[in-house]
Amino acid sequence: MSQSKTELNLDRSAGDFSYPEHHAFDAGYGLTRDTVNYIVDVKGEPEWIREFRLKALDTFHAKPLPTNWATKDLETLDFDKIRYYLAHGQRPTRSWDDVPDDMKQTFERLGIPEQERKFLAGVEAQFDSEAVYSNIKKAIGEQGVIFVGSTEGLIKHPEIFKKWFGKVIPTGDNKFSALNSAVFSGGSFIYVPPGVKVKHPLQAYFRINAENFGQFERTLIIADEGAEVMYMEGCTAPKFETATLHSAVVELVAMKGAKIQYVTVQNWSSNVFNLVTKRAIAHEDAEVKWIDCNIGSRLTMKYPGVVLKGRKARGEVISIALASNGQHQDTGAKMIHLADETTSNIVSKSISAGTGRATYRGQVFVPKHLKGCKNNTVCDALLINPDSRTDTYPAITARGTGNAVQHEASVSQISADQIFYMQQRGLTEGQAMSLSVNGFVNDLVRQFPMEYSVELKRLIDLEMEGSVG
Amino acid sequence: MSTLLFTDEAARAAARQQFDAVPMPSRMEESWRFANFKALDLAPFAEPTAPFSGDRDRILKGSTGLADVAGRMVFANDTLLSREVLSKELAQKGVIWEPLEVAAKAHPELFEAHFMAHGAPLGSAKFAALHAARVQTGTFLYVPDGVEINLPIEVFHWLSGERNATFPHTLLIAGAGSKVTLVDYFQGAEPDTAGLAIGFNDLYAGEGAQVNYVCVQNWNTATLAIQVNNTNVGSKATVKSLNVNLGGRYARTESASRLIGEGAHSDMLAVTASTGNQEFDQRTFQDHLAPGAYSDLLYKNALDGASRTIFAGMIRVEPGAHQTDAYQKVRNLLLSDDAEANSMPGLEILADEVRCSHGATSGQIEAEELFYLLARGIPQEKAQRLIVHGFLQEAIDHLGNAALGARLGELVQAKLVR
Repeated sequence: MSQSKTELNLDRSAGDFSYPEHHAFDAGYGLTRDTVNYIVDVKGEPEWIREFRLKALDTFHAKPLPTNWATKDLETLDFDKIRYYLAHGQRPTRSWDDVPDDMKQTFERLGIPEQERKFLAGVEAQFDSEAVYSNIKKAIGEQGVIFVGSTEGLIKHPEIFKKWFGKVIPTGDNKFSALNSAVFSGGSFIYVPPGVKVKHPLQAYFRINAENFGQFERTLIIADEGAEVMYMEGCTAPKFETATLHSAVVELVAMKGAKIQYVTVQNWSSNVFNLVTKRAIAHEDAEVKWIDCNIGSRLTMKYPGVVLKGRKARGEVISIALASNGQHQDTGAKMIHLADETTSNIVSKSISAGTGRATYRGQVFVPKHLKGCKNNTVCDALLINPDSRTDTYPAITARGTGNAVQHEASVSQISADQIFYMQQRGLTEGQAMSLSVNGFVNDLVRQFPMEYSVELKRLIDLEMEGSVG
Repeated sequence: MSTLLFTDEAARAAARQQFDAVPMPSRMEESWRFANFKALDLAPFAEPTAPFSGDRDRILKGSTGLADVAGRMVFANDTLLSREVLSKELAQKGVIWEPLEVAAKAHPELFEAHFMAHGAPLGSAKFAALHAARVQTGTFLYVPDGVEINLPIEVFHWLSGERNATFPHTLLIAGAGSKVTLVDYFQGAEPDTAGLAIGFNDLYAGEGAQVNYVCVQNWNTATLAIQVNNTNVGSKATVKSLNVNLGGRYARTESASRLIGEGAHSDMLAVTASTGNQEFDQRTFQDHLAPGAYSDLLYKNALDGASRTIFAGMIRVEPGAHQTDAYQKVRNLLLSDDAEANSMPGLEILADEVRCSHGATSGQIEAEELFYLLARGIPQEKAQRLIVHGFLQEAIDHLGNAALGARLGELVQAKLVR
C-alpha cells in the first residue's frame, strides 16, 4: 500500500507570475521607529495612529515568539530582512481605466473583472499594500454601506472606526497582532448600517508581489443592528525564493441581531509565512460564521475566533486545510462564551499529503454561572502518504452545570480498497484519489459561495491529480 | 548507578544536586497549561520525613483491599510495617517480591535496567528528581516468564504527621507470558495534616504478558500529590491500568504508556471524584512506537464543590507505527456551578494506515435521569449519588475484575457520601 502511494508534487505554476517592481514608496528593510514614522507620513495618517503604531512597536519587541507551543519554524523568520511598507503611492481609484495596465493583467489572471460582471457588489483589490482599485456598486452606496481601504476608513470615518479598531483584537493579543498594529496598511473597512442586508458578497483579493515583502493588511467589519453582510477574500502570490511574511489582523463586530460571514481562500505560494489573527464579537442574537480554507503557504497559523458576548449569540467556524509537501497548516478556532444560551459550532477537516503537516488547535471557553451554552466541535483528518503528519490540540474549559460541550476528532486515510474499486471502474489512480479527497471535504465545500466551491474542487483536483502518476 | 542510591551516600548527594539543578515547571510549558502553580510550593517539606509514630495497629487494620490476595506490604512514612509473603510455590517459581532497597542490592542487573529508566516525560522532571533524591523504599516485583499470579498483590503506603513527605515507588517487571495484578493504595493517616507525596512507578510487560495495575490515591485533602507512571507494553502484551483519584489538595498524575512491541495492547482508565477545593491534574501519553498496536483511554471525572480538573491527553503515533488503533475519551460530569473541567485531548499522527479518534465532553446529570429516580421515591441526594456512582463505575468495570471492581466502587462511594 505504502509503495503505491507516490509523492505529491504540487503544481503551483498557476500563481508563479509577477510584473516589474517600481515602488514609489518603499520603507526599506527592517523595523524601527523610523519605519513606523515613515509609514504614517507617507500615508498622511492622523497623530493618534502614529501613537498607536509606536506603542504597538514596543509591544511587538517585548513579546516573545510563541514557540513554547507553536512550531520552531517561526524562529527562521528574520524580521530585519523584511520590507514593512511598499506602495505605488496611489490612492484607491474608483474607475477601472485608472488602474495601471500591468496590474490589470494580474487581476485579469485572477479573474476579478469577470466575477464582478457576474455578481460582485464591490471590489477592493490590493496590490502590495495599497488598494489600487475600489468600486462599490451604486445600490450599496445608496444603502449607506461603507466599503473602503483601512487608511481611508480611519481618515474619513473616525467616529465609527475608532470605536472598534483594536477593540476585538488588542495590540498585545500576540506578537503578530502587535506587529500588524505597528505597520498595517491596506485591508478593508466595512460598515453596514442597521437593518441593511447586503445581498452580494463583498470581495477583496490580496497579493504579494515583491520579494522579502511582508503584507500587513488590517480589516475591520461592522454590521450594525440587524444588518447582514458576507465578505470574501482570496489569496494567491507569485513565488519567490526567500520567505515572505503575511500577518493580517481581521476584526468583526456583529451588533444585535446582525449576521456576518467571512470567507477566506488562502493560496499563498509555499514560501509564505501566513500568521493571521482573526476574531469577531457577536452581540445579542448575532451570528458570525468564519469559512476558512487554507491551501497555500509554508506555515499558516490562524485560529478564527468568536467572542459570544450577547445572549443567544451564535458562532461558527468551518475550516478546510490542505497541507502538501513541506507545508504546515496550523489552523483551528476559538470560541469564547460570555453570555447565556450562546452556541458555537466548529467543523474542521484537514488533509495531509506528502510531507505535509496539518494541525488543529482550538480553544473553547465556557466560564461559570452561564446557562444553556453549547459547543460542538468535530475535527476530521485525512492522511494521504506515510510521511504525512496530523495533530490535534484542543483546549476546552467548562464551568458549572447547565452547559454542554463536546469535542470529537478522528484520523483516517483513503483505503487501498477504495482506490482499487474506482480503478476497476476505469478511473486513474489520480482521479480516484482526488474523488476520495473531494468526497471527504464535500459537505464543507458546499458551504462556500458557488464560485469558491467550484474553484476549490478544481484546486483539489489539480493538487491530487498532479500527485500520482 | 541507580542501585547506588540505596548504598552510597555520594550517589544520593549527586541526586540531590540534580534536583537543585532542574528548574521548577513554568507557566510557559504546555505540559503545565491550566495548572495551579500556587499549589506547588515544596518549601514546607524540605526537612527529612519523621519516622512513623502513630498507632501501628490502626494502620495495619486499615490496610485491607480484598480478602483474598497473593501478598500484601504496608508502609508508613516510607518504612515497612508489615509484609505478608507470597506462597512458597510462587517463590519457587522465581517470583521476586521485595522492598525496593532490598531488591536494589540483591538484583542489581534487573534493577539497573529498569529503575526510573524513562524519566518523567510529561513535565514533572523536577519532582522526579526530588523522588530520586529522597526515595527510601517501595516495592519491587519480578514475575518470571510464563508465571501466572491469579490473586492481586496489594501495597499500602501511608503518610502520617505534619509536613512530612513520602516517595512511594513501584517497579514491576512481568516476563513473557506472565500474568499479574498489582494494586497500590495511597492513604493519609490523619484527615488534615499537610503532606507531600511524590510517587513513581515503572511497569514492564514482556511479550504476551498480562498486567493489571491499579493505583487508589486517597491521601488526605491537605496533601500535594504527584504521581509519575511509565508503562512499557511489549509485543502482544496487554496492560490495563486504572487510577482511582479520591484524595489530595492538588493531585497530579502523569501516565505514559509506551507501546513498544508489535500488537501491544494498552487500556488506560481513570475515575476521579473531585470535591471541595480539590484539583486533579491528569496528563496522559499513549506513545505508539511499534506498528499494529492498540491503545484505549477512558477517563471519567465527577466534579462537585469548587473543585477543578485538568485532563491533557496525547496520542502520538510515531513514524513507522503503521496500522495503529488508538482511542481516547474523557467525560466530565459537572455537579456544581463552581466546578471547572479543563480538557485537552491531543493527537499527533506521524504514521500511515492509522485509526485514531478522541472525544471530550462536559455536561451535567440529565434532568430525565434524575426524574426517573425521584419518581421511584428515591431522595434527590441519593439519586444524584447513584447516578455519579454509575457514571464512574463504568470505567472501573473496564478492568474486568469483578471482586476488585466492587471493592473500588465501595471506596468511590465512601468518598461521595463524605
